[in-house]
Amino acid sequence: MKRHTVLPGFGLTLGVTLTYLGVLVLLPLSTLFLKSAGLGPSRFWDVVTAPRVLASYKLTFGAALAAALINAVFGLLVAWVLARYRFPGLALVDALVDLPFALPTAVAGIALTTLYAPNGWIGSRLAPLGITVAFTPLGIVVALIFIGLPFVVRTVQPVLQDLEAEVEEAAASLGAGRWQTFRRVIFPAVAPALLTGFALAFARAIGEYGSVVFISGNMPFRTEIAPLLIMTRLEQYDYAGATAIAVVLLLASFSLLLLVNVLQWFGRRRALA
Amino acid sequence: MIRLGAVLPLIRLATLGVLAAGCRAEAQRDPGRAVTLLNVSYDPTRELYTAYNAAFAGYWKQKSGQTVTVSQSHGGSGKQARAVIDGLDADIVTLALAYDIDMIAEQAGLLPADWQKRLPDNSAPYTSTIVFLVRKGNPRKIADWPDLARPGIGVITPNPKTSGGARWNYLAAWGYALRQQGGNAVAARALVTAIYRNVPVLDAGARGSTTTFVERGIGDVLIGWENEALLAVKELGPDKFEIVMPSTTILAEPPVAVVDRVAKKHGTGDVARAYLDYLYTEAGQEIAAKHFYRPRLASVAAKYAAQFPKVSTFTVDETFGGWRKAQETHFADGGTFDQIYQPGGRLDGDRASR
Repeated sequence: MKRHTVLPGFGLTLGVTLTYLGVLVLLPLSTLFLKSAGLGPSRFWDVVTAPRVLASYKLTFGAALAAALINAVFGLLVAWVLARYRFPGLALVDALVDLPFALPTAVAGIALTTLYAPNGWIGSRLAPLGITVAFTPLGIVVALIFIGLPFVVRTVQPVLQDLEAEVEEAAASLGAGRWQTFRRVIFPAVAPALLTGFALAFARAIGEYGSVVFISGNMPFRTEIAPLLIMTRLEQYDYAGATAIAVVLLLASFSLLLLVNVLQWFGRRRALA
Repeated sequence: MIRLGAVLPLIRLATLGVLAAGCRAEAQRDPGRAVTLLNVSYDPTRELYTAYNAAFAGYWKQKSGQTVTVSQSHGGSGKQARAVIDGLDADIVTLALAYDIDMIAEQAGLLPADWQKRLPDNSAPYTSTIVFLVRKGNPRKIADWPDLARPGIGVITPNPKTSGGARWNYLAAWGYALRQQGGNAVAARALVTAIYRNVPVLDAGARGSTTTFVERGIGDVLIGWENEALLAVKELGPDKFEIVMPSTTILAEPPVAVVDRVAKKHGTGDVARAYLDYLYTEAGQEIAAKHFYRPRLASVAAKYAAQFPKVSTFTVDETFGGWRKAQETHFADGGTFDQIYQPGGRLDGDRASR
């Protein structure tokens, strides 16, 4: 006999979901694997472990991690301000957060480079202090922070909004200090969302190309990101080599997102137990 | 139930669409009606082809009575070639280097391998050279290629791995060294290595390098195409920059070709060929010269002699044995360009990927 769940339409919606994801996500990604498979395992290994490529992974993952960490801290702060306080111009600030989503990344890259170049508005003020941002790894981090900010804010903000102020009041009335309230009450509640936001910002930063190429200077071994090496291989009509590097980036991003999901799952289990 | 009233307009729209598509297919064959061409080109030719398309439309209307509209697509030369290989329906390609069209022939088979012999002058109706753009007054006294290798000089040029235009810059320096007294590959490698050690920023494309040099104020000299340098001086004011012509430089030949298979499918072969032939006429050459490309036709070249100073040049074919060979030796993985950046001059293992 057929079992019925409480919610109707499971078969239909799951079917649509799988087809949709299959066509939109899985199909393009599997062609990626197919194309790179044309290389054969030993050549694949040679391509993805060449010294120049290894240097670019280090830079890409390092810069993406740094940017995602900074975004996690300041994104939480921004989300907190937007969720907890009422002030004139709130709607404007709220809309501002989404701007990095909407702006073409090349525009962001050019604008940031203009600001941070040695003759730029900010760059010229940092230069006497011995700090150069544009055309250094630091510039890459700046661009990735810009790109990743909305991911953290937009995942944390709704959770904070749902967290009743009464909970904090209750904590206070039970004798918790402010830091204790944050650490024991607020943070555990937003931590899963923060982790998701961090992971999204990180994954996005790994693949970012448009904004970074303008500010990085693209010097081999120093400021060459992995997506740029993909482009240089395409420029040589080396499709297989390009997809090989892409596959490595993809697998890294995927394992990271998977890891975050597993962490979340454990977190939920612990909370329920 | 879906209301019929809501669906009817959709059906009408769809019918119109089918009719319109039918009309378009019809129009391609009927000489009395409109025809559309797609010219897939590279970045700095945008203004040139906007002017040229208008001129050609007038000429073609008079000659055949047919109205022709030419759509343009611009981008990095290699990127454009890949788009055509992947199925962008270009009737005509006008790119920055022959290698990109070679790849369209080789990888997609859209035109014969000997396409470059079909039109005069290596299928390059206009040319350019590689020159230096320096800051006004030439404060660092840059006169020729060896000056770019002097310690402390900042040289701006794009990455030849991502920019087709930048490959001309690289080969220009290499060829210069070969042509000096006692010049050989060792000397050429030394000069080019010293020049690239002076490059603080390798932008992905030529326009990016121009921005770095002009807007960001980085570097003492920009290596670039003469047409781009002339445009930069004109747009940004001759009071800020000046052009230095090296003693010997490369003859940049941006080639043009009809993409046979696509033109055949569209039924646009005749008009596409006429489009390219017209580039070689006095009128076409005049437009190229106005947009700072060196004309091939002697009469037009004489008229614009002041704009294009005489300079000793060499071609890729005579110095490097053609683009394929140049690409293999210099820009493929592990080639001479990669070797400049290998720590300890070691070759990397990823040459195997080709």
